[in-house]
Amino acid sequence: MEYALALVLLVAAVALVVSRPLRTAEAEEREHAGLRRELEAAKEAKYREIRDAELDRRTGKLAEADWRRIDRELRAEAVEILRRIDELD
Amino acid sequence: MAWLGSASLVAALLTALYAAGASLYGGIAGERRWVLSGRRAVYCMAALLALAMAVLEAAFIRSDFSFELVARNSSEATPAFYKVTAMWSSQEGSLLLWVFLLSVYSTVVLALLRNRLREIAPYATAVLSAIAVFFLALVVFAESPFTTLAAVPADGQGLNPLLRHPAMMIHPPLVYSGYVGFSIPFAFAIGALITRRTGAEWIQATRRYALIAWTFLGFGIMLGALWSYTELGWGGYWAWDPVENASLMPWLTGTAFIHSVMIQEKRGMLRRWNASLIAATFVLALLGTFLVRSGILDSIHAFGASTLGKPFLGFIAVVLVGSVALIASRWESLRSEGRIDSLMSREAVFAGNNLVLVGICFVVFWGTFFPLISEAVTGTESTVGPPWFNRYVTPLALVLVLLAAIGPLFAWRRMTARALRRAFLAPGALTLAALVAMLALTPAAESPTSLLMFSFVAFLLGVVVQEFSRGVSARRTMTGQGRLAALGGLVSRNRRRYGGYIVHSGIALLFLGVAASSAFVEQRDARLAPGESIRVGDYTLTYREPTARILDDRSGTGAPVTLGAAIEAEKDGKRFKLLPSRNYYGAPEPEEDAPFRGFFEGEATSEVDVRWGLVRDLWVAVQPDLGALEAPIAEADREFRDLPADAQGLLVAAIAERFRRAPSEVNVRVLVSPLIAWIWIGSGIAVLGALVALWPEGRRPLAGLYAARVGREAREPAPA
Repeated sequence: MEYALALVLLVAAVALVVSRPLRTAEAEEREHAGLRRELEAAKEAKYREIRDAELDRRTGKLAEADWRRIDRELRAEAVEILRRIDELD
Repeated sequence: MAWLGSASLVAALLTALYAAGASLYGGIAGERRWVLSGRRAVYCMAALLALAMAVLEAAFIRSDFSFELVARNSSEATPAFYKVTAMWSSQEGSLLLWVFLLSVYSTVVLALLRNRLREIAPYATAVLSAIAVFFLALVVFAESPFTTLAAVPADGQGLNPLLRHPAMMIHPPLVYSGYVGFSIPFAFAIGALITRRTGAEWIQATRRYALIAWTFLGFGIMLGALWSYTELGWGGYWAWDPVENASLMPWLTGTAFIHSVMIQEKRGMLRRWNASLIAATFVLALLGTFLVRSGILDSIHAFGASTLGKPFLGFIAVVLVGSVALIASRWESLRSEGRIDSLMSREAVFAGNNLVLVGICFVVFWGTFFPLISEAVTGTESTVGPPWFNRYVTPLALVLVLLAAIGPLFAWRRMTARALRRAFLAPGALTLAALVAMLALTPAAESPTSLLMFSFVAFLLGVVVQEFSRGVSARRTMTGQGRLAALGGLVSRNRRRYGGYIVHSGIALLFLGVAASSAFVEQRDARLAPGESIRVGDYTLTYREPTARILDDRSGTGAPVTLGAAIEAEKDGKRFKLLPSRNYYGAPEPEEDAPFRGFFEGEATSEVDVRWGLVRDLWVAVQPDLGALEAPIAEADREFRDLPADAQGLLVAAIAERFRRAPSEVNVRVLVSPLIAWIWIGSGIAVLGALVALWPEGRRPLAGLYAARVGREAREPAPA
């Protein structure tokens, strides 16, 4: 009896929690914010790569010419991410 | 309260099923509402499993022997710490811990990534939930931790004495956290494959969890080794035992994975390799979970034979076949974006280290499963021992350390020969100096393999020091900071890179300890009478007298009887005392006419005494001669067999006192192991490095600085 009652109560509590998104428009509202955060994260990752390449140049591992080429590619990719972020505004 | 635990598990199973279904439907139909609902179901599953864990923990702490699991793995006399951690000494508790950790990982990951990877995440949620369904089905239908006893015993059987060691109680959650942690990148890899979004996004989002899993697993393995060194009484820390190997294999492929994903992030390469590697790592993690309790391979660490062989192997087969089929079906979309430009590049070194790591894993796999393979092929079960493993793993380990040393010297893509020469100069000179010093001042030349390893370790440490030094110089040039501030700034702004270097240093020191302690250990076994001495290395050890304690063992395990020896060690005129002993836990069901013999015929564990040192350890274990107790035990059983249980303790104390006063002989094993402490120190440094790499990077003004620069280039032509 205790077991059955506990199971019913627990399942009911879960049902209440998981059904909320199905009952509200919350999901749609989050769409826009979600995409922006995804792009912001991609931007941060690209900046990290740029910093990495710069550190390699400064510590003598990357020749100047190689660094300029890599840096140019990375910056172009970062610019593309910035453009996509701007498009959201 | 078992009813509440059982209800929680059933509710968690239903919730996991819903989470898998809702997430899958949401992903396929593009219905975000269902995706969100599925994610919430995962949170609920974690809460339900936390409730189940709490119910079971409470039962252990309260010594509620109506729980069959508590009666089997705990007792009134079990110390409180071991009561709390006794849950995972059983198969049922282990499985519950596994799925609980999975639910926690899943909750944290899905909450943190709730606005990222929106196409991949629903499928990853479904995969994580499906894994949870499997484990929950096991604990609900096959191995319930909430089974109750109709007749409640007055006391429990107590915890397996071998497990009464602090390291062994923390070891299972750590190893499981490692195993379970790899399910996160695995699930997102499957999600990426299903959605054909096989770029670096899933890696960038989940690599942190792969590193967390790697750190937990590595730390857990080292605690297991420490337990073996201090508890098992044979003097070693690694025996190439099947269960040890089972935990090492996913760690090796996991190590390969956290290196090779960098190539995919930086260069868009090795996509097929990375997907395969994380699938293999997860399969090996499942295999590791299974092997420790399967009983299919003989192991000193296998605590009980499982009844779950078929479902476990079936699940492993489904994961393996499903992953291979999915990777094969996405073969074209997993094509690399680029190629390795030069062998003188970091990606080439990383690719090399991946091959070596997978090679070591293959050797370990072959050696571990050789008994089954040989039986299948020849009908006769054959085993391979440590010499076989050492023959193949040692050269591969040498190459691995060398690659770990030279990797940081290279830049991505390519490096000029001139820059490379410059990078090699200082570490090379340091290695040469170390080599000369070792040849002149130590016996290292007696073991060429060890000498090579010491040289590579010196080279690696030289490279790391150089990397830090160059980085600090570059930062000082940029910012004008002092050395310490520049070092802090350098590490905090490049945590992954410099944390990685610290990890490499730790692993190098670990290899130093392994090589030195394996090649130059001095060991002696002897039988000594009181007053007799033996010489081991520079130490002279004299057996002074027997020791005996009742309910007072030095490790606080709750052992009823502890018998040992007082040994005086002397080196360079300095004397100190060692007190190795053996704990006797008593037979669970002693014979009725021999209750006192029962006190000495149950499990016994070695309590070694170690004089720890940075240069060498002195390790001593003893095996007391119980022959001296034969007469008093027989007399007690004959004269006092009907004594009430609470009075028996007094007589056992008297028997132990007689042992202490009798001049009995003792078998001793003594080891003098050089540099063995560096295995544990190196492991600690590696964990520290991993924490540095894992520490979250805050959003710094530097991002704004780069944003300005990148923004400027958006308006201007890129530099030529």
